Amino acid sequence: MGERRQFLQGVAGAAGCAALGALGLGLYARQTSALPAHALRPPGARAEEDFLGACLRCGLCVRACPFRTLRLAELGEGMASGTPVFEARKIPCEMCPDIPCVKACPSGALDKGLKDIDRARMGLAVIVDQESCLNYQGLRCDVCYRVCPLLGKAITLEARRNERTGRHAMFIPTVHSDKCTGCGKCERACVLEEAAIKVLPVAQAKGSIGAHYRLGWKEKEQAGKALGPEVLEFPVRRPEP
Amino acid sequence: MKNKWLILRRTSQLGLLALFLAGPLAGVWLVKGSLASSVTLEVLPLSDPYVVLQGLLAGHAMAASALLGAGIAAAFYALAGGRLYCSWSCPVNLVTDAAAWLRRPLGLRAEVSLPRAARTWLLGATLVLAAALGAIVWEWVNPVTLLHRGLVFGLGLAWAVVLAVFLLDLLVAPRAWCGHLCPVGAFYALLGAGALLRVSARAASRCDDCLDCYRVCPEPQVITPALKGGASPLILAGACSNCGRCIDVCRQDVFRFTHRFDRRRD
Repeated sequence: MGERRQFLQGVAGAAGCAALGALGLGLYARQTSALPAHALRPPGARAEEDFLGACLRCGLCVRACPFRTLRLAELGEGMASGTPVFEARKIPCEMCPDIPCVKACPSGALDKGLKDIDRARMGLAVIVDQESCLNYQGLRCDVCYRVCPLLGKAITLEARRNERTGRHAMFIPTVHSDKCTGCGKCERACVLEEAAIKVLPVAQAKGSIGAHYRLGWKEKEQAGKALGPEVLEFPVRRPEP
Repeated sequence: MKNKWLILRRTSQLGLLALFLAGPLAGVWLVKGSLASSVTLEVLPLSDPYVVLQGLLAGHAMAASALLGAGIAAAFYALAGGRLYCSWSCPVNLVTDAAAWLRRPLGLRAEVSLPRAARTWLLGATLVLAAALGAIVWEWVNPVTLLHRGLVFGLGLAWAVVLAVFLLDLLVAPRAWCGHLCPVGAFYALLGAGALLRVSARAASRCDDCLDCYRVCPEPQVITPALKGGASPLILAGACSNCGRCIDVCRQDVFRFTHRFDRRRD
């Protein structure tokens, strides 16, 4: 009887140790699963929740990167330690056409289906601060536009009237999400002390219009004619005499 | 030679680290990557089968390179002794051996007795966590890969985890980490359950009960069945890490390395 009790106590103790450890670990992992906004994944990285189940934390992508853009997150940085990241403001992605980091990945956490670096979506550039962006002040900085590897496609300059002077134009840098790879060259090059254009994870940078929403002019283009009467007639309501 | 196996073992551990460090420090790229996954001479892929298994349980269809690398490593350790990984490859062993070695002159006694089965339960828990959270969760804190990756890629706060393991082994319980808690060791113990390379107490008849082997062995419970049991002189327990320390310290030359079917006695 005593032996059996001792055995059961031993098992319970061992299982208890493990459960305690697992609980703490699970909570810690949950807490640090989200990537901080300044950290970007290499090209071809799967969606974050899939990436954390796929990346072996070996660092082979880091070794393959010729520009030392990539590094492994260290313990205590508030993200999954050992996973590859880069910071656009420090060293952006140079978008190698042969994508050596993806080739080096042994697990497929970086998707080998990515053959064209222009289709990479590491993040999405956003003008996060119109109040300090020089072009928004009517000046001709244009640096983010100039350094973009997809010049004239991922960032365009949209002419607006400069209301302050009344006689000049403003050239507003405008990012196009269907072209921007999130390489981060614009953020790196921004001449301000703190960049006014930043590359954010796509999920944080992109809005969504909602599936139910219809834009009349697009529907008209698709259908070849207006879906409703072109000019709506509303009854005129006046106060009773 | 005295301490032959200890010297060979340290050479293996430090040599492995040197191979990984030769690239970043001297630009000699014999091995790239880390213990979790690496490429040797641009051709041979090796991956940690435990990490790859967690990835599979997390729901990721691993690419061929990781599967092949894990297969090669698993086959090697399954034959050569699963926990050979612990005492011949793992960098944390240097830390915990140092703690165990320091305990003796400092006269530190065991304070807490941890159950040895905790590591197997923890192994199970890490696999369940991987499946439940869809992430390779153990790699967030695994001291083995944290230390190795830290040395090869940049330490961060990994030193704190390694220090914690050292203090745990030194002050809380002897051989606490490798002998009781580490799920990596538990995985390799299961992997090497049928390993070919084993230690045999072939000359058990010469044993003069000095207990030197028990004192130095990180897993002393594995010695008794071979040394004092009747059935077989072989140490067949998966917990034995083939460190060969018992062979080194035995003045009667009771122990030797052999294969698991060699039941000869002197």
